[in-house]
Amino acid sequence: MSSTLLWYASRATGIVALVLLTGTVVLGVLTASRFSTRRWPGFATQDLHRRVSLTALVFLAGHILSAVVDTYVHIGWTAVVVPFTSSYRALGVGLGAVAVDLLLAVSVSSLVRHRLRARTWRALHWLAYMAWPVAVLHGFAMGTDMRLRWVLALTLGCIGAAAGAATWRLRRRWEVRRQAAVHAPEVTRRAGVPDKHLAHR
Amino acid sequence: MKGPATMAPPHGATLLTAWHRHHRCDLAAHLETHGPLPLPVPRDYGWPARLAREIEAAGLTGRGGAAFPSVRKLVAAGTTGRGAVVVVNAMEGEPASDKDRVLLAVAPHLVLDGAALVATALGAGRVVVCVADDRHDTAAHVAQAIGERVGTHLGPPVELARPPAGYVSGEESALASWLAGGVGAPAFRPDRAVPLSISRRPALVHNAETLAHVGLIARYGAPWFRSLGSNGATGTTLVTVSGDVEHPGVHEVALGAPIEEIVARSTPNGAIRAVLVGGYGGSWIDTAALATPYAPAALRGLGAGVGAGILLVLGAGHCGLAEVARIARYMAGESAGQCGPCVFGLPAIAADLDELVRGSPHPGALEQRLHARLEAVDGRGACRHPDGVVRMVRSALAVFRDEVRHHLARGRCRCGDKAGPR
Amino acid sequence: MTTRVPVALRVDPIACDAFGYCAELLPELVALDEWGYPVVGARRVPDELVALAREAARQCPRRALLVAEADS
Repeated sequence: MSSTLLWYASRATGIVALVLLTGTVVLGVLTASRFSTRRWPGFATQDLHRRVSLTALVFLAGHILSAVVDTYVHIGWTAVVVPFTSSYRALGVGLGAVAVDLLLAVSVSSLVRHRLRARTWRALHWLAYMAWPVAVLHGFAMGTDMRLRWVLALTLGCIGAAAGAATWRLRRRWEVRRQAAVHAPEVTRRAGVPDKHLAHR
Repeated sequence: MKGPATMAPPHGATLLTAWHRHHRCDLAAHLETHGPLPLPVPRDYGWPARLAREIEAAGLTGRGGAAFPSVRKLVAAGTTGRGAVVVVNAMEGEPASDKDRVLLAVAPHLVLDGAALVATALGAGRVVVCVADDRHDTAAHVAQAIGERVGTHLGPPVELARPPAGYVSGEESALASWLAGGVGAPAFRPDRAVPLSISRRPALVHNAETLAHVGLIARYGAPWFRSLGSNGATGTTLVTVSGDVEHPGVHEVALGAPIEEIVARSTPNGAIRAVLVGGYGGSWIDTAALATPYAPAALRGLGAGVGAGILLVLGAGHCGLAEVARIARYMAGESAGQCGPCVFGLPAIAADLDELVRGSPHPGALEQRLHARLEAVDGRGACRHPDGVVRMVRSALAVFRDEVRHHLARGRCRCGDKAGPR
Repeated sequence: MTTRVPVALRVDPIACDAFGYCAELLPELVALDEWGYPVVGARRVPDELVALAREAARQCPRRALLVAEADS
């Protein structure tokens, strides 16, 4: 396989994966806040979130595969999951590896979701909020295409969308916790699950 | 099954006998009054079945609130081996109940005897007595009694546990969950035939008073227990009488005695309007029903139950609806907060009742809404807490029908009590 | 030919967090109360809706909707 082709494939799949991951984050926020309209039911939001995340992972797999298989630069399989062990661009590839690790935790835990305690699953799933900025930093650290205006504009758009969605969600969560601390029954407060029924109110 | 017939059981009070006789509740006085604990000889493999048959023949039902036929629970856990746990439920989360506190203060060894017998029958290796974390006196009495039995071979080792106080924390699955190190909140049990467990070991939860009766039945036999009741009911029971009475307190009564006779022991303050039977989650009954025997079957005919053994008297000069609203508000605050219909439904019902008491600008809509909410909340929680509130309110709406009409029309009481909800 | 086991719907009220997907997917059998929590009848699920009921149970984010053997 021509090295140039692999190089283009790696960059292209990387950009697409970032856009899809951004979409996943936004859809995740919409799912958690129970978004629905008269014509768009709530279960469809969750379903779309799942499908977009799977598609993102497919493109991510393609991105990793084309980067590793490309012999022009050496990125071993270990460097994909163990951060900062690559000889080529240690920082950039390392950040990618961190993102991969976090996304692996998120995906695997979601696949076995119902075998985990709800609290465990939720804690692991929130790692997605860490994985996404690391992926963006990886994009900047690799540097290759950020010089192109459209790529930069696209990335900034993604940052805007994801940051906006995440901030909105985090702010709501803090507000809910504060409210719940005041109103929750004693038993649940002791148990540490005070916001169970206020989450979406 | 009779123990050594050193003495026939004294006539009248039985649970409280040692106390009445000696005014002592220590182990020596207890054994002097009731004789030794009839534990089986080693390798008597038929003994557990004989004990179960004796309890069944005695017709003992649970004294904790659910009135479950005790023998079924005994049999459910089966011969489970050394890993099983017998839990003595002395939580008494019902505010109007005082009987378990009194029982453990004056006859703790009867309770521990019953626990030892049940544990031996199941081959259980452990007994845990649960006393709420705000009941320090009771805990002290239990700890003392446990201490007296150390080294006496009166059954397996007994521990004292102090789960958090609360109306629902004495629910049996809540206790099992707390003892297993989890939250002390009731669990969802789709199949109640599956026994409770604590860290994968079977657990049997029994009310303290139920076990005290087991301690007596094992000694004096089923025919004696049956002879104590009347009107088809068997045995004695502890009842807490409170409300508009001069001498509120705990009485030991024969099951089957007329309700008015029991209430009379506490000397009501004047005319009675209604009585709340069973607990804050029980049923209201009218004065016309006061001649009814206090027994499970007879009370069922009134839509009521023995419950936690309480009779809360409402005098004629007090607003029944205000009391109902107060109780509903309390119960809403005692929700474990796990199930939506309970978390939201109970406060909504309490708010509707407040509006009913104060007078409503839209009486028709209020009545409709209240009935719809009662229907919506009934049976939709994981435990019976919302069901109890619905039962209490529905029975109140029937018993206080005239007051309801009056409040809806005029926004105040006929009885002259303008206090309103406290 | 396989014999159909009669099934009924149940809700685990502790797990349920009122997302409402069950009512969206299965309006014939699930209604929502005024606070958004599902009300399911104790009736048997009609044969033609069993597959949809199982799908609804799968989609529930809290696995609170249960499709269990009915005791008719």
